[in-house]
Parts: sequence; C-alpha cells; structure tokens
Amino acid sequence: MEIATPTLPITNLPWRPALPTAKTGSARDARAAGWGRCLSDIEARMKGLMLRGLAGDAAAHAGLLAEMGRYLRSFFARRLGRDAADLEDLVQETLLAIHLKRETYDRTQPFTSWVYTIARYKMIDHLRRRKVRRTEELDEASDLFASEDAEEGDAKLDLDRVLAELPDKQRSLLEDVKIKGLSMREAGERAGISEGAAKVSVHRALKLLAGRFRNENG
Amino acid sequence: MKTDDLIAMLAKDSAPVSKRRVAGRLVAMCAAGALVAFGALMVWLGVRPDLMAALHTGPYWMKTVYTLGLATGGFALIERLSRPGARGRTGAVLVALFLIAIVGMAMMQLMRTPPDARMAAMMGSSWTKCPWRILALALPVLAAVLYGVRQLAPTRLTLAGATSGLLAGGIAATVYGLYCEETAAPFVAIWYTLGMGLSAAVGALLGRRVLAW
Repeated sequence: MEIATPTLPITNLPWRPALPTAKTGSARDARAAGWGRCLSDIEARMKGLMLRGLAGDAAAHAGLLAEMGRYLRSFFARRLGRDAADLEDLVQETLLAIHLKRETYDRTQPFTSWVYTIARYKMIDHLRRRKVRRTEELDEASDLFASEDAEEGDAKLDLDRVLAELPDKQRSLLEDVKIKGLSMREAGERAGISEGAAKVSVHRALKLLAGRFRNENG
Repeated sequence: MKTDDLIAMLAKDSAPVSKRRVAGRLVAMCAAGALVAFGALMVWLGVRPDLMAALHTGPYWMKTVYTLGLATGGFALIERLSRPGARGRTGAVLVALFLIAIVGMAMMQLMRTPPDARMAAMMGSSWTKCPWRILALALPVLAAVLYGVRQLAPTRLTLAGATSGLLAGGIAATVYGLYCEETAAPFVAIWYTLGMGLSAAVGALLGRRVLAW
C-alpha cells in the first residue's frame, strides 16, 4: 500500500477526484470533481444518517436510502452502461440489501466502506449471473461516491409483479403500507393483527422479495 | 415500482437494530449446533467412562483449550467476514497462536518420548476414526452456522464458508473430546487438527453455493 507523502503528486492520492474527460465531462461530473475534498464530509453525513436509522429514525433511514440510490445509479451506470436494461433493478436490489443487511454495519467502522462493499458484491453477483466476464480492475470505496444520478430509469423487473407472487396476506399488508401509505398500526388493524406482528410480517415479506428478486434476475 | 416508492416502503420497516444482533445470531447458531452435536455423540458413542476423573487432568484441558481456542478464533473471524468491509485480525491471530501452541507442545512431547514410542504417541489407537468422527459431528454445527451467516452479509463466500467450517469443527472437536480418550499432544496436533481442517474444507466447498445473498 502506498503511503501518502507531501511530495506525492495529487493524482496518486486514494481520494483523487475523478477528472472530467471529453466523454464524461458533464456539468454533474464537473461538480462531482470537487467531491474528493469532501469524502470525509460524505462519510460523516451518511454515517450520521445510518446511526439514526439504526436507532429507529425512519426519516433518516429514508434519507440515507434516497441518497444511496443516486450514488448507486451513477456508480452502476459507469460500469454497466447508462442504458443497461437492468440498471434500475440492480439499484433496487442493492437498496433492498442495504436495508435488510443493515444489522451487519459495525458502528466503529466507516459507513462508506460497508456500503461500497455491498454495492461491489451486488454488481459482481449481477455480472456473474448474467455470465459476463469482466477483467477490468475494480475500483475503491471512494468511486462509489464520485457522482450522483437522480434520473430514475425503468425497473425492468417490476417489483409489483414480484409482489404479486407473495402469499396473499403478506402481499396485502405490503400493498397497504406501500400504495395506500398506511402506517404499520393501520395496516395491522386492517389485517387483524397487532402492530408488532405487522412489522414482523412486512420484514419477512421484504426478505422474500429480495430472494425473488435475485432468482428472477438470475 | 418506482425506486422512491421502494424507499418509502423500506423506511417503514425501520425498527431499531441492536449492536449485538450479529454476535447474538452467531452465538445462537453455535449453541444450537453444539447441542445437536452433543446429542449425536451421546446417542452414537457416549462419553468416556472416566470423564469425571479426566476433568481433573492437564492433558484433557490441553486438548479442550486447543479445540475451543480454534473455535473462538473461527468465531471472531466469521463475525468480521459476515460484515461487508469490516476490518479486524483478532480471529486470524488467535487461530495462528493456537496452531503454533499445539504444534510446539507436540514437538516438545515427542522430543521427550523415546524414539520407539514416538509413532504410538502420534497415532494413538484411533487415528483412523478420529478425523472422520469430528467431521461427522461438525456437519450439523456447520449447517447451523452457515444458516446464521447467510442471514448476515458475507462477501468473500469461500473464505466465509471455510471459516464457518473451522468454527463448526472446533465446536465438534470439543464435543468429541468428551468421548475420545486420546490426549497426547502429537495425536491432537495431527488428527484433531485434520478433523477440523476437513470441516473447514467442506465449508469452503459449500460457501459459494449456500452463502450467496
């Protein structure tokens, strides 16, 4: 591993900014070029959101997932191509993984390396299932946060369709929560179960969904 | 479904998460596996008749500390490997230290043994059965550990599988030690280690297949 000394040119530092090229030199990339300086800011902000989410703060958790969605879309697009048909599927699958595996985040370690390792795992898994062999060198954690992309593509594998394959009870519970926007307590009341049971049931359904997602996209 | 809708849905599933959840899951799976292995031992082989007396002897504890030590190292390793991007070498250091310790003790014992008795110290009377019995007892533990690790997020699947196998092997070897009367360090260093190694090999083979998420 290289040791950063003051004499080292700035391009050798691990957090070097992605320099805009003729091909990728959009306004967004130009703005992103300054990101290297504030990777520690990203880490601090995202870790803050994550810790609050882990403590049960739903708004912080939603904010974290929304921001990660933009980073992931841009990160995957740079590797699979902007027009890859399953780009949005991969973004959704990875967000689902970040959510379902959040207990594995060690609060004493950097959030960015945790989330980057998940993103890279999901991308490699995706490529392997597509039987695409890539020999190119994979990047490092900072590349995940090089730029954002808020423009949502179409999810080819419609989550709603996957939803439809869930057992009736779980599906209606998820739909109440998702489409009708009911709270867990309200959705539980409609299903005739307690709020706690509704929470457990929704969590199980999400896990099932993640499994279906992976199999269908395989 | 729009990604925004998915996020809104996930946010509703945001119950507080305890810091101890990962370790708790793994401990529960180890305990369940150990119970099954112990039950299997009782039905299959039973415990050594002089177990109570053996509990007061050094060699019994030498063997048990070694196998439990490898299990502890394996546990520390798999706890790290189950968390994406987590760092920590405690587990690897523990495993290395216990291996070095048992090999060192085996060498010392062999040097103190007359040359014509060395073969007996290494082979004991059950070397053909010992590694296989440890492997057999390790399989239920391995199944439980792999199930637990799968709920977490290992990203190096073969390594995580091998480590799960080592952990399962360490637990199984500790359980097997309740029956096996061999306590010579050379025997333990070779055949117990081989049994735990076999379990690690099975885990490595299964890793990619069963741990993917």
